[in-house]
Amino acid sequence: MNAVNAAGGGLKPKHQRLILVVVALAILIAAALLAIWGLRSQASYFYVPSEMVVSPPDPSQAVRLGGMVRQGSIVTEADGVTIAFVVGDGDATVPVRFKGIVPSLFVEGSGVVAEGKLAADGTFIADNLLAKHDENYVPRELQDMTEHQKDDLAAGVSDLQ
Amino acid sequence: MIAELGLAALWLAAALAVLQLVAGATAVAGKGKGLSGVVRPVAVVQGLFILLSFLVLIVLFARTDLSVKLVALSSHSAKPFIFKIAGAWGNHEGSMLLWVMVMGLAGAFVALFERRLPERTMLATLAGQAFVSLGFYAFLLASSNPFERLNPAAVEGNGLNPLLQDIGLAFHPPTLYLGYVGLSVAFSFAIGALVTREVGPAFAKAMRPWVLGAWIFLTIGITAGSYWAYYELGWGGWWFWDPVENASLMPWLAATALLHSASVLASRDALRTWTVMLGVVAFSMSMVGTFLVRSGILTSVHAFAVDPERGTFILVLLAIYIGGALTLFGLRATTVAEGKQFNTVSRESALVINNVLLSAILAIVLFGTLYPLVTEAFDTKVSVGPPYFNPVGAIFFFPMLLVLMVGPLLRWRTDSLGRVSKPLIFAGLAVLAAMIALLIKGGAGLLPFIGMALAAGLAIASVLPLRGRNLRRTPLATWGMVVAHLGVAVTLFGMGCETAYKVEKLEAVKVGESTQVGPWQVTLKAVSPVAGPNWTALEAAMGARYGDGPEYTITPQSRNFWTPPQQTAESALLTRWNGQLYAVIGGEADGGRWQLRLWWKPFVTLIWLGGLLIALGGTLALVGRVASDIRRGIARVKIAERKEGMA
Repeated sequence: MNAVNAAGGGLKPKHQRLILVVVALAILIAAALLAIWGLRSQASYFYVPSEMVVSPPDPSQAVRLGGMVRQGSIVTEADGVTIAFVVGDGDATVPVRFKGIVPSLFVEGSGVVAEGKLAADGTFIADNLLAKHDENYVPRELQDMTEHQKDDLAAGVSDLQ
Repeated sequence: MIAELGLAALWLAAALAVLQLVAGATAVAGKGKGLSGVVRPVAVVQGLFILLSFLVLIVLFARTDLSVKLVALSSHSAKPFIFKIAGAWGNHEGSMLLWVMVMGLAGAFVALFERRLPERTMLATLAGQAFVSLGFYAFLLASSNPFERLNPAAVEGNGLNPLLQDIGLAFHPPTLYLGYVGLSVAFSFAIGALVTREVGPAFAKAMRPWVLGAWIFLTIGITAGSYWAYYELGWGGWWFWDPVENASLMPWLAATALLHSASVLASRDALRTWTVMLGVVAFSMSMVGTFLVRSGILTSVHAFAVDPERGTFILVLLAIYIGGALTLFGLRATTVAEGKQFNTVSRESALVINNVLLSAILAIVLFGTLYPLVTEAFDTKVSVGPPYFNPVGAIFFFPMLLVLMVGPLLRWRTDSLGRVSKPLIFAGLAVLAAMIALLIKGGAGLLPFIGMALAAGLAIASVLPLRGRNLRRTPLATWGMVVAHLGVAVTLFGMGCETAYKVEKLEAVKVGESTQVGPWQVTLKAVSPVAGPNWTALEAAMGARYGDGPEYTITPQSRNFWTPPQQTAESALLTRWNGQLYAVIGGEADGGRWQLRLWWKPFVTLIWLGGLLIALGGTLALVGRVASDIRRGIARVKIAERKEGMA
């Protein structure tokens, strides 16, 4: 019997359970607070070009830029793997640079979501491009865009043709 | 007629689930005693009917029966046979049918083989299993009927997404679902135990093998899925913190915690309510994951065609089941008696800390996964990725690894840190040695640095429980623990090493030219067209030489599928003992050059090898436990026989 008392540190079972619950709750609340702090500082926000021009994100902040690739704007640089193009939403445009292999359905006039950072000179440096995967699957941002802004964009894009 | 047979079997299975629920519930309530005998057989027959329904769907896909809408929408006659079969679950409806089939079969297996639970708890458990199944039967029959006919029949099918036309589709979804949905058993056990208030070591011992089985499949499923995405997407990444990936990680974290708390309950009769709670949470996470994946509410790199309307249905099911289970838990938790006590320094304490830290990581992943949904309600679109998950998760993951080194060495109930500090010196030395080696090598970021150092310590600490033991007489369950913990160390080291030391090269080269990536020299030998059963491709032949070693040929392809029209990058991998060379061919650049993307990924294969070790550890523990249960059962029968003989 002595051993049992020693094991419990002289606590009643109810008290030990209470202590365990309090400790567990404290750690879980700490996790929740950390998560909230982390999400506020580390979530990557989605911009359309007009928002990005009006209130540019901090150059250190990873964000995503979604819009339509302007007709005639895709230029491949001399190294053969870096491309530059312009993304627009009818109101504003943002120049984008991307080094990598482009998705197959990335073409002029199509929608794209670029992940990366806005450099100080106003060029968006993308480290990933999301285009339509196939006929069935479209990134959600692009889907919304095509639904809400299609006519708008079509007008903007055709002006430049 | 065969499609109608499948649909009829599905309806019958649903009807049997109703019977199972009603008979089980009335028997538990103490009325209709005669009904209690039918619950087990009904659960078995229900499992057989849902299995039949699923087999019918496979036959329809194997024959490419284009009079069935689902087949016409997602299959094609020119598809290789294995992908015709696997294509049965490569779509929403088939995938949900697989889901309910696993659920039905899990119930049938429990009804057939579980003999330790008290009869009343067993009836409540099977009734619970039927109750959850019913919701998903309703979902299938009301909004996702896989057997819907198409009149007139299609001339040709739309084909399967080319990214899915891979051997990974044959293995990854079934294993993942066996784990994912297998956890429904833990959920039903928890409900059963709450209803009858019989939460104790017997309950934990009965539940443990089922949870262990589901957890093994879940581990294999996640590991296989990670490797599949790694080579199929052509991005060279093995974990993107994508919502669909998180959907499988969250139940795994909860199930891992549950396994450990169930072992405390089984051995020491402590952590009663906590174990029941985890049983509810683990399968709730599976359902949340199903909702996230199937509703298409979040952007995912692994998403297929999805219909957001269906999300509402699953959301309602979620509210009913999770809300209901938590309400039952809230009502009954306080009436479950306290378990046995333990000292602050003891195996139990270590397992409690491990449990709480796993839960904290689970909360962090859950918040990060759901956050975009919350902000979208306020019209702000965000995505959450590695910059959030890696550091915030690490704050809890790294301390958990420290506990993981100490815990297995501690005795149950009470122990002293002084007793275990001597063997742990070896683990501490391994951490130090790894730190010094990594500092000399340099170039590793903070997280991979700490990760690799702790991995080295854990690798040593994980085998310490074997010291001083007769290895032949060591129980299989102990071996299982050692192997699984070693697997964690192996995976972690692979992750750290790949993150810290991968080398990437992106270059446009002409045929005949060479480029260097890490220790590899890669020469583009030729680019030629090749054709497959339902695709054509450009294939690059590359010669790859590691240092002064022999030259190997690798052949990445850029494939064009025509049903549906889509281009995919088929990466080529060259595996050495110390890592993988990963090659992708892109498009043609001007001047007759070809875009090549090459990676050298040191020790990347350890990530999946560790995953398999974790699953192997679970398998050893499961075999050990089941074998000793059977031995004990036989001994009990013999004693009973002897008593009878004496009488």
